[in-house]
Amino acid sequence: MYNKQEFKTPMSHQAPNLRNTNFEEVSIGYTLEEATNEANRCLNCKNKPCISGCPVNIDIPAFIGLIKEGNIAAAYKMIKEKNFLPAVSGRVCPQENQCEKHCVRGVKGESVAIGRLERFCADWARENGIEIESDVIEVKDKKVGIIGAGPAGLTCAGVLVRAGIKVEIFESLNRAGGVLSYGIPEFRLPKDIVSYEVDNLKKQGVKIHTDVIVGKTVTISQLENMGFNAFFIGSGAGLPSFMGIEGEGLAGVFSANEFLTRANLMECYKDEKDTPKPNIKNVVVVGGGNVAMDAARVAKRLGSDVSIVYRRDIDQMPARKEEILHAQEEGIKFLTLNNPKKIIGDENGFVKQIECVRMKLTDPDESGRCGVQPIENSEYTIDVDGVIMAIGTSPNPLLKNSIQGIEVTRRGGFAVDEKMKTSIKNIWAGGDAVTGSATVIEAMGAGKKAAESIIEYLK
Amino acid sequence: MFKIIDKKQLNQSTFSMTIQAPLVSQNIMPGQFVMIMTDEDSERIPLTIADFDKQKGQVTIIFQAIGASTIKLSRKNINEEVAHFAGPLGSATELDGIQNACVIGGGVGCAIALPQAKWLKNHGANVDVIAGFRNKDIVILENELKENSTNCTICTDDGSYGSKGFVTNILRKNIEHGKEYDCVIAIGPIPMMKAVSDITKEYGIKTIVSLNPIMIDGTGMCGGCRVTVGGKIKFACVDGPDFDGHLVDFNELMIRNKMYRKEEEHACRLLGGAK
Repeated sequence: MYNKQEFKTPMSHQAPNLRNTNFEEVSIGYTLEEATNEANRCLNCKNKPCISGCPVNIDIPAFIGLIKEGNIAAAYKMIKEKNFLPAVSGRVCPQENQCEKHCVRGVKGESVAIGRLERFCADWARENGIEIESDVIEVKDKKVGIIGAGPAGLTCAGVLVRAGIKVEIFESLNRAGGVLSYGIPEFRLPKDIVSYEVDNLKKQGVKIHTDVIVGKTVTISQLENMGFNAFFIGSGAGLPSFMGIEGEGLAGVFSANEFLTRANLMECYKDEKDTPKPNIKNVVVVGGGNVAMDAARVAKRLGSDVSIVYRRDIDQMPARKEEILHAQEEGIKFLTLNNPKKIIGDENGFVKQIECVRMKLTDPDESGRCGVQPIENSEYTIDVDGVIMAIGTSPNPLLKNSIQGIEVTRRGGFAVDEKMKTSIKNIWAGGDAVTGSATVIEAMGAGKKAAESIIEYLK
Repeated sequence: MFKIIDKKQLNQSTFSMTIQAPLVSQNIMPGQFVMIMTDEDSERIPLTIADFDKQKGQVTIIFQAIGASTIKLSRKNINEEVAHFAGPLGSATELDGIQNACVIGGGVGCAIALPQAKWLKNHGANVDVIAGFRNKDIVILENELKENSTNCTICTDDGSYGSKGFVTNILRKNIEHGKEYDCVIAIGPIPMMKAVSDITKEYGIKTIVSLNPIMIDGTGMCGGCRVTVGGKIKFACVDGPDFDGHLVDFNELMIRNKMYRKEEEHACRLLGGAK
């Protein structure tokens, strides 16, 4: 008999007014009792629609069934078969658009909290020191070079090493993790968890070289001469975009990437760290995606008064509902249907004000998305000393320019076939380097797909 | 970790360090830079490469201990290590085809001007070097600059060594005396690069400047190093650090580089200033 509770078992959180002053994790996670209660909401239906929504095809009803039985170690093992970073994806996946979207329980009430259960298993395994013994496989005399130690690259490495292929990852920054390290803040994804997952891969034999910029420090053709047989490019999204409005060169205007990197990778909020903390008290974050929410919530924790300026309405924001809700709870103001027109500086070139114009929605276009247009003569200014632009990225040309003859898409991302293979016979690519800004789990799915194709190629 | 093989103090606040970094040393071209973190708590800072030796796998940087991070780096000694050393980054200076060059260095900028002069000299160009310093006490690399140039003029603001005056005085004099340069390369403080560019614009001489904005990752990801060149946003780390001096918005660059001055002054006081 299943648990008829219509809504997800609540997960405890740090209180909004406490958490907006610290970098500790916001969501505390399920206890065993809560997880068991939630697992019992799963109907274990025959056609398993949830699996079709999972980019890495986790057997969701099966792992939930193992939680019901109290066998958490087995549940963790089952997730790990398909997903190398469950503690990460359990926290940052947009489950509401993936597995949970298809859950039958969601028809009347809320879906099963699959993401929270995934996270529970991963955290439980880590806290209880559960290690997955990988079957001893004959190590092959094949070596793959992976460019970028983010979610795509780490996943690709995990699949390859399990097939007995030697893997070395080249990371340009000083720490592995990619966007998991520099982008997603500590309070959403503690860095200890990222390190734990990276260490797991190292234990399995994956070598990670930080401080190596492939395309600059060493080229792919030089790596080929050093004995690498194939490559996977998971180099991430790239150059931050700006609006092209007046005043974006003023001191106090940041890209979200810069602002988040200072806080997350360089940990500027810790006393012992040398990276200066941006000293801004009144901040406008421009954008409506998850990155905008992260930047706003970091700014809040650094002591700023924060407003998000977004040109459409709140229902059209691309950010996850949960992130929007968390930001609102933490006291971040939402100025939706507003768009910046220019940024005004003081006599020393520091940001003083931002001029915005009010917007109105227009009829939806063919894609069904509402357009927006400015309302005439509705301009007004807000006094600010910091502006953070979180309006997306464009592909980074650095690596592409170093690989002769590789094909790119019209947007500048690497062009790949359905198996993530590029136009060059031994190079695969995936994640944001191909799609532009997308999700962690999509990057992981691409890394996995590429790895399977690479294994085939190296046979 | 990257071992410090050699360290020299060139003047009161300027240091030269040679780092064992075999992989970094292989693909270097003049004008490129490295990102350094002295230890795990340090900032990531960009420093332009002054010299390199592929056979030995070594890279030399020359820097002024002027802010918290460079002071911390300057306190590391031979046989100690720096935590992170990544590069070479940025695009190489486009030196091909230059026949008559004037390479201008200001202060510690001479350290970066040197590899440019050296490359040009080795490729058969006539190279006039103009090296400017505030005073006699801070003159660096005089012999090296002389060895790697056709003519080398040292000048000081106060006249305590070499010619008296700014590099721009010498440059203008050279041009007026009939020197025909097909390219001027200027590396130094922003006001100097701006002043040089203003002069060469009058004479229509192509001018390359090497910019030094604040950077975090150095690979194009953060956008902190953006500069306006010819009205367009450029990232110094991937599009530069060299740009056409006639197109750079120097005023904006000067403002952006002042962004953390207050925090810097505080950190420097904590460190007690340079040794």
